Amino acid sequence: MLTVLLILIPLVTGLLTFGGKGSGPKVLGLVSSLASLAVVAGALFQFQSAPEGLQVTAAWIPQLGSTFSVGLDGMGLMLCLLTAIAFLLVFITIYNRDYERPGSFYGLMLLSQAGLVGVFTAYDALLFYVFWELALIPVYFLCSMWGGEKRVPVTFKFFIYTFTGSLLMLVGIIYLYLQSPDRSFSYASFTNLNLPAQEQSWLFWLLFVAFAIKMPIFPFHTWQPDTYEQSPTPVTMILSGVMVKMGLFGVLRWLLPVLPQGAFMWADVAIVLSVIGIVYASCIAMVQQDFKRLIAYSSIAHIGLMSAAIFANNEQSLQGIQVQMFNHGINIIGLWIVVEIIQQRLKVKNMEELGGIAQYAPRMAIFLVIIALANIALPLTNGFVGEFLMFSGLFQYNIWVMAVAGLGIILAAVYTLNMLQKVIFGESNSLTATTTDLQNTELVALSLIVIVILVLGVYPRPMLELVSSTTELVNSVF
Amino acid sequence: MNALISTALSGVLLMFVGLFVRNRQHIKYFAIAAVLVAFVANLAEAATLQEGSRALYGMIEVSRFSILFNAVALGATLLYFLLSGSEFEKVGVHVADYFALVFFILSGITLASSFSNLLMLFLAIEIISIPQYILAGSDKRNLKSNEAALKYFLMGSFSTGILLMGIALIYGAAGTFNIRELALGSGALHPLVVSGIMLLIFALSFKVSAVPFHFWTPDVYDGSPTVFTSFMATVVKAGGFIAFLRLFHESFTSGAASEHWLLVLAIIAAGTLVLGNFTAVFQQSVKRMLAYSSIAQAGFMLLAVIALNETATQGIILYAAAYSVATIGMFAVLMKVKDYTFEGFNGLARKQPLLALAATVFLFSLAGIPLTAGFFAKYFVLAAAVQQGQLLWLVILAVICAAISVYYYFRVIIAMYFKAGEPEVMPFSAGFKAMLIVAIAIVIALGVYPGLLLQWM
Repeated sequence: MLTVLLILIPLVTGLLTFGGKGSGPKVLGLVSSLASLAVVAGALFQFQSAPEGLQVTAAWIPQLGSTFSVGLDGMGLMLCLLTAIAFLLVFITIYNRDYERPGSFYGLMLLSQAGLVGVFTAYDALLFYVFWELALIPVYFLCSMWGGEKRVPVTFKFFIYTFTGSLLMLVGIIYLYLQSPDRSFSYASFTNLNLPAQEQSWLFWLLFVAFAIKMPIFPFHTWQPDTYEQSPTPVTMILSGVMVKMGLFGVLRWLLPVLPQGAFMWADVAIVLSVIGIVYASCIAMVQQDFKRLIAYSSIAHIGLMSAAIFANNEQSLQGIQVQMFNHGINIIGLWIVVEIIQQRLKVKNMEELGGIAQYAPRMAIFLVIIALANIALPLTNGFVGEFLMFSGLFQYNIWVMAVAGLGIILAAVYTLNMLQKVIFGESNSLTATTTDLQNTELVALSLIVIVILVLGVYPRPMLELVSSTTELVNSVF
Repeated sequence: MNALISTALSGVLLMFVGLFVRNRQHIKYFAIAAVLVAFVANLAEAATLQEGSRALYGMIEVSRFSILFNAVALGATLLYFLLSGSEFEKVGVHVADYFALVFFILSGITLASSFSNLLMLFLAIEIISIPQYILAGSDKRNLKSNEAALKYFLMGSFSTGILLMGIALIYGAAGTFNIRELALGSGALHPLVVSGIMLLIFALSFKVSAVPFHFWTPDVYDGSPTVFTSFMATVVKAGGFIAFLRLFHESFTSGAASEHWLLVLAIIAAGTLVLGNFTAVFQQSVKRMLAYSSIAQAGFMLLAVIALNETATQGIILYAAAYSVATIGMFAVLMKVKDYTFEGFNGLARKQPLLALAATVFLFSLAGIPLTAGFFAKYFVLAAAVQQGQLLWLVILAVICAAISVYYYFRVIIAMYFKAGEPEVMPFSAGFKAMLIVAIAIVIALGVYPGLLLQWM
C-alpha cells in the first residue's frame, strides 16, 4: 500500500497545485515532499520486517496481460529515498524564490516526481514504459517555460533524443513480451525468458540505447550539457540528481536480468564507451568557463564510471554503483544549489567573472568546498565508498580499463579544484563584492546535504545493506 | 444492419427536413439526435446478434467486431457534430444537405464494416466516396474548394475503375463474389487473382491515401472547408481501413495468397510512413500539416492490415477511435483559430488556456505519448507487426517515423506555450468548452485504460 501511496501523493498534490496562486503551491509542494519522505521512511521500516507487503498488483489491461504491478526492493527503496530527499531539498532551496505561474511550476515538478517514483517501483514492463515517458513530459514543459534564452530548441532536442530512445525500447519490450510463454509483461516472466544468445544480442541494443541516452553515456550525451545549462536550476537538480539514475536503474532492473547473455556479449563495448565518456567529459570540463556546463560535464564523467561498473558486473561493482547512485544524486544537487544561489545573487555563470566569494559569503564557501570534495570522492565523504567499490570491481574485470577510468579521478580533482579556486578564492571584483551569505532556507538545504555526505562517508553500512539484496539478485543471473 | 438502415434513413429524412425547417440550429439538433438513434440501434443489435448470421442473401455479415467498429465511427461522428456542428452553417446555405451527405457516408462506412461480398465492398466504397466529392466542393465560391472537388472526383473515379477491374479479375478466377468462398487454395495462385489482388490494393490504397496514391490528399484536405476535412480525415479514413482489413483478413490470408501481397503492402506502408512524416515536417500551415499527418497515421494503420492477427484487429479499433477523437478535436480547435499557420497559434496558451490544453492533449495522442489513447493505438499496431514476425524492419522504421512526428506535432505546442503572440480566436460557446473537456477525458481515459473499448471485442 505504501508503494502506491508513494506514487499517489505527488500525483494528487501535483494536480491540485495547477492553477494555484501566491504561496499556495510552494507550501503544498513542501508538504507533499515531506509526506513522500515520511512514506519512504515507513517503507524502509516495513522493508526490514515484511518486505512482501510492499508489492502491490492490480488488474490493468487484461487483454494484454499487463498488470498494475508495483513494488520496492532495496534498490527501488534507495532510489525512492533519493527522489524524496531531492524534491524536498529543491523545494526548500527555492522556497524564497518567486516563479512566474507558480501553480504550473510546482504542479509539473510534482508530476515528474510521480513519474520518477513510478519508474523506480514498476514491476511490469509496460507500466515501466508508461512511467518512463510520464517522467519526461513535465520536465519538457518545465525547461521550455522557465529555462534560459535558448531553452525551446535545446529542450526540443532533448525531448526528441529521449523519445526516440524510448520508442526503440518499446519495440524491444514488445518483442520480449511476445516471447514470454504466458504473454505477460511481468518482471518475473521477463527474467525467466532465457532467449537464445543471438536474439539477446540485438535486443540488447534496442533497450541499451534508450538507457544510454538517458544516462547519458558517450556518444549519446550531446543533449545533456545544453539542457543542463538552459534549464531552470531546480529542474537541473532533478535532471542530474534523479532523472539520469533512471538510465542506470533501467540497465540494472530491466537489462541485466532480462538479457544477461546480451549484456555479457556487449559488455566490452559498453565499458569502452563509458570509459571514453569519462576521459572525454573530464577533459572538456577542464576547459569550461561556464559554471553550469562544468558541472554538466563532470556529471557525464561520473555517470560514465557508474555505467562501466554496471557492465563489469561483479558483486563489488554492483554494490558500488548502487551506493554511488544515491551519493552522486546528493552531491550534485548540492553543487547545483550553490550554483543556483550564486546565479540568483550575481546573475552570472561565467567563472572568469567570479572570484573571492569566500570573503563575503564564508558559510557558502565552506559548504561548496565540502560538497566539491565529496564530488571527487575524498575519503570520509560519501562519494568515496561508492567509487572505491566500483574501481575495485573494475579492477577485477580488467586492470587496464580500471587504469584509464582512474584517470577520471585525477582529472576530476583538477577541474573541481580549479573551479573552487576561480569561484570562491582569488581576487574579488566589484560584482562578487555584493555577494550576501546564505539565507535560512538555503542553509537548511545545504546543511542537510553535508550531514548526509559526512554520515554516509563515515558509516556507509546501512546503505550497503539496503542494496545488497538487489546486488545478489542481479549477480545471480550470470 | 440496424446502423446501416438508420443512417441511410436519417440521410433521406434530413434532406426533407431541410425543406421544412428553416432554423439551422434545429437541423443540427436533428442530426445529433439521428446519430444517437443510430448509435443506440447499432448497440441494440449486439444483444440479439447471432455470430455468423447473414443478411441480404448472404451479402452482409454482421459480427461483434463490425458492431464495435460502427459504434466507434458513430461515436466519433457524434463528437464531431457536437464539436463542429455549428461550423456547417458557415460553409453555405444548404446545411441540411451537408448533414444528409454525412449520413450517407456513414451508411457507406457501416456497410464497409460488414460486407461479405465483393459487390457490397464496391457499393460501400462508392457510397463513402461520392458524398465526399460534393462535400469537398461545398464552398462553391472558393476556387480552392472547387479545385479540391474536381481533383478528388477525377482521381477518385479513376481508382473506382481500378477497384472494379480488380473485383472483376478475381471473379473471373474464383467464380464468386463471396469473400469467404474465393477458395484461393494453398497451391499456386491463378495469375488473374494475383493481378486482381494488386488492383484491389492500389484502389484501396488510394481511398486511404497511402503512398504513392496519396497525391490528392493534401490538396483536397487543404481546399475543402475545414469542417469537412475534419470528417474526411478521420471517420471516413477509418471506414476505408476497415474495408481494407476485412477484405484482406477474410479472403487473402490462406497459404500462398499472402506471399504475393504482403511485401507490396509492406512497401506501401513504409513509403506512406516515410513520405507522410517527412513532408509534414516542412509544412507552414497547421491544416496542411494535419493533412500530411493523416497520411503518416495511415501508414501506421496499414501495419495492422499487414499483420493479419488478433492484435491487429484490436489495434485497428483502438487506432480508429484514438485517431478520430484526437483529429476531430484538433480540427475543432483549428477552426477556432483564424490564422492556420503555425504563427497563428503563437501565445494561444495565455489567451485561451483550455483551447491550448485540449490541442496539447490531442497532439500528444497523435504523437503516441503514453497515458493518451494514441499510445495504446500505436502500441497495438506495432505489437501486431512484431508478432507477425517478418516485418521487424518495418516496425523499426515506423518507430523512427513516430519520433519524427513528434517534431511537427510539438511545433504547435511550442507555438502555443513558449512563444509570445496575439492569436485571433473566434468566439465559442460554453457547450463547445464542455465538449472539448469530454474529448480530453475520452483521450485520457482510453490512454489509461484501453480495456474500456477492448473489452467489447
